[in-house]
Amino acid sequence: MNVMDFLPAAPEMTLLGLICVVLIADLFVDDDKRVVTFWLTMVSLAVTFWVLLTTAPAETTVVFHGAYVSDAMSQAMKLAIVGFVAVVFLYSRDYLRSNDLHKGEFYVLGLFGLLGMMIMVSAQNMLSMYLGLETLALSQYALVAFDRNNSNSAEAAMKYFVLGAIASGALLYGISWVYGVTGTLEFAAMAGAIAADPAMNSLPLWFGLAFLVVGIAFKFGAVPFHMWLPDVYEGARSPVTLYIASAPKVAALALLLRILVDGLGVVHDTWADMIMVLAVLSLLVGNVVAIAQSNIKRMLGYSTIAHVGFILLAVFCGTPKGNAAALFYTLTYVVATLGAFGIIILLSRRGYDAELLSDFKGLNQRSPWTAFMMMLIMLSLAGIPPLVGFFGKLNVIDAVLSSGYTGLAILMVLASVVGAYYYLRVIWYMYFEENEDQAVLQAATDTRVVLSLNAVAVLALGVVPGWLWALCVSVLS
Amino acid sequence: MNFLAQHLLSVLIWFPVLGGMLLLLIGDDGDVKSAKAGMMRMTALVVTVATFILSTALYAGFDNAALNMQFVERIAWVDAINAFYYLGVDGISAPLILLTTFVTPLVVISSWDVIKTRPAQYFAAFLILEGLMIGVFSALDGLLFYVFWEAMLVPMFLIIGVWGGARRVYATIKFFLYTFLGSVLMLVAFIYLYGKTGGFDLFGFMNVSLSLTAQKLIFIAFLAAFAVKVPMWPVHTWLPDAHVEAPTGGSVILAAIMLKMGGYGFVRLSLPIVPDGSAYFADLVIVLSLIAVVYIGFVALMQKDMKKLIAYSSIAHMGFVTLGFFLVWSISSETGAGLGMTGGMVQMISHGLISGAMFLCVGVLYDRVHSRQIGDYGGVANTMPVFAAFMVLFSMANAGLPGTSGFVGEFMVIIASFKANFWYAFLAATTLILGAAYTLWMVKRVLYGEVANDKVAELKDLSSREFLVLSILAISVLLVGLWPAPLVDMMNASIEQLLAQIAQSKL
Repeated sequence: MNVMDFLPAAPEMTLLGLICVVLIADLFVDDDKRVVTFWLTMVSLAVTFWVLLTTAPAETTVVFHGAYVSDAMSQAMKLAIVGFVAVVFLYSRDYLRSNDLHKGEFYVLGLFGLLGMMIMVSAQNMLSMYLGLETLALSQYALVAFDRNNSNSAEAAMKYFVLGAIASGALLYGISWVYGVTGTLEFAAMAGAIAADPAMNSLPLWFGLAFLVVGIAFKFGAVPFHMWLPDVYEGARSPVTLYIASAPKVAALALLLRILVDGLGVVHDTWADMIMVLAVLSLLVGNVVAIAQSNIKRMLGYSTIAHVGFILLAVFCGTPKGNAAALFYTLTYVVATLGAFGIIILLSRRGYDAELLSDFKGLNQRSPWTAFMMMLIMLSLAGIPPLVGFFGKLNVIDAVLSSGYTGLAILMVLASVVGAYYYLRVIWYMYFEENEDQAVLQAATDTRVVLSLNAVAVLALGVVPGWLWALCVSVLS
Repeated sequence: MNFLAQHLLSVLIWFPVLGGMLLLLIGDDGDVKSAKAGMMRMTALVVTVATFILSTALYAGFDNAALNMQFVERIAWVDAINAFYYLGVDGISAPLILLTTFVTPLVVISSWDVIKTRPAQYFAAFLILEGLMIGVFSALDGLLFYVFWEAMLVPMFLIIGVWGGARRVYATIKFFLYTFLGSVLMLVAFIYLYGKTGGFDLFGFMNVSLSLTAQKLIFIAFLAAFAVKVPMWPVHTWLPDAHVEAPTGGSVILAAIMLKMGGYGFVRLSLPIVPDGSAYFADLVIVLSLIAVVYIGFVALMQKDMKKLIAYSSIAHMGFVTLGFFLVWSISSETGAGLGMTGGMVQMISHGLISGAMFLCVGVLYDRVHSRQIGDYGGVANTMPVFAAFMVLFSMANAGLPGTSGFVGEFMVIIASFKANFWYAFLAATTLILGAAYTLWMVKRVLYGEVANDKVAELKDLSSREFLVLSILAISVLLVGLWPAPLVDMMNASIEQLLAQIAQSKL
């Protein structure tokens, strides 16, 4: 093994080193100068991003005895994840500062989570996948409990931790069965082994597969493994919710694509039905239950469940088009979610969280531009053209229809009509109701600019979606 | 000028949209009389009038004899799925675009200082809406069509929701969800057709051969979208709510243009893309249309709210449009089929003018008395004689009096239905009685008799602004009624081509 073999993992190693630097440097920073940690974190992200760009191998490279891969998909996903996490930190900074929560731990845990996500995206065998997943999950548990004096956060963290541990257990159990049957942990070898010996495609493998699907469904928050999601979204402080709701979705997609498509794609028929049931349930439950919510974070939690239904249905098709549609959907969904939570954070101030839908009343009078941005984002999530959410849905429906599932396609569009109602309700509160809260919105210029760009991106990506779609297709081919 | 000639449709679409964004930037300061508000309103007027003037170039440059699309623009949009930014007009869409650009400035003038809250956003919504509506009428790419079709809902949603009446939230959400439900099924049909043809080109959709089952399903999906929009019985219930709660300008645009999109959708998409499916379901559509004409006519008779009455009368009149379009298969002679189709098209334009005018008349009264109830009025003609003259004219037109535009389309459709089936014609012709009954009865109760109460006694007659708007509409109603030839000539070639297209089975 020569030093060049480490190159595909160079971004992760760089990031790990930088995390240690941030961790130690933070010890020497006073509370009132905590913004130094923030900027150090941003620099770390920028360096990681740069290393990602410069060290990427031109073609797919597998290193560490088949444990780690660098390919077009991992490259694209990592760049996206690093970018998303940077935006999360930027939106969170002022909120944390004004709520006396501005601690270095937030950034360090966030960066560790990022490291976990990058490992997941590049995992080429079950164990490195599991390693990444746990790094991410443990960081998230700790982040949810980050505001330790808040009983809601503590409860949410406890719930998340216990349920997450069960899911990890299920995943690990599934891994052991699949390993028992195929005799390998590597995804590529696993696919080869099953293809070579069709007898493997029998009950023991299916048994393990069921546990894998449960684990994956839990991480995504698909019904009926979604119970943690609304509680965690609601209980965690808004910046933490923003973190959990954004970049980890991309990592969860990587988990799904690596295990089920790369590793077990040959037994697509077996897992497809399970995924379909989960997806349809998610679509229905997510959209219907979201209507009843009065807390916007909780509502967006249920809406996430509904969107997960779309992502799972795209992967369910088992076609390259479907996988690309899932990637496109996930990336654009995260962009819209970042904006939505960014605005929720913007509306909050010292000692006051804008968590209820009614906190959005009359926003158009207080700040027309913020209301307009939120409207764009809500319409995008509802799938109204020309916003990007529409193209996400279009691609998924196209994939589902071209695989011949007309009934599913109709179900999907009907579910999105139900979903439109609760997104419209946000617009209704912002535009049709009278203003109750007179406070002027305050935000740093950089946050405002990025938030505005974020909202404009939702529109711009919808008007010119072609390049991103082409990119998604090419990285998954 | 060369640029303008080559990109006329794009200019017509994006000029008002950019104008609307400019209005949002100008904003308002909450004071209707301030210089800023004045500048903002002036901008809105200039943009809409300029759009209308630009659209006359569409009329001037339009070749009545051409069979192909005119003013075509086609550039790649989303390469990966073969979607194009593809615009063009023919004799079916051009008159509707002209109607749009004609009505929108009138709406701007009529809302001049009536809207007190956030006027900049109000005018901006109308301008953006205008651009999107022109987009619907000129898009020749399925995806582009769908984008305009859906995007159009958002400004209207806000117009009703922000500036509407007491039950505006209920009405606007009902409007949005109803229309959205219909159109998502159309989207599924589009994606299915995309799978068949490998692109979203509407002509590709028209040329691909489809099995009868597929055609039936696609027809149902299209029907869901267009029947809601027209609206046809029994999916019409959103319309009375939306009309009643919308501000006057919103009602005018809704009645004059947005309802026409349903009819346009049938002609542009349903009939040529799934001719066999349309033939299969033609009787169903005819029956639904006749129910709309007769039953909704009776419903209109019973209304106590003027806006509701006009809303129901709109549904009844739009029944003629769908009736005219779907008579084609019941008529053996070719001239008869063309007559029904042309009648439906003329009826769309005429109804656009008349219903717009009727809603403006109600708006005039509402601005003064703040009531839409017929019972709150009486003897208005005594205090507002000029207004009464206009309202009587438009009511006569609504009842289909010869010499007004309302007569031409209805008459053509009734003649065509005689050629198809006596009973169709019999039922359709009841509109001449019912339409006269509900409209004139309303006129009698509102305008004539003794002055009913103090509020009516204090009414002031039309301001010069209102007079301007109503007289422009009155002239156009009479013009189309007395001399419909230019309009019909514009449509003829395209309708004949459409008939030829429908006659060819796609099985």
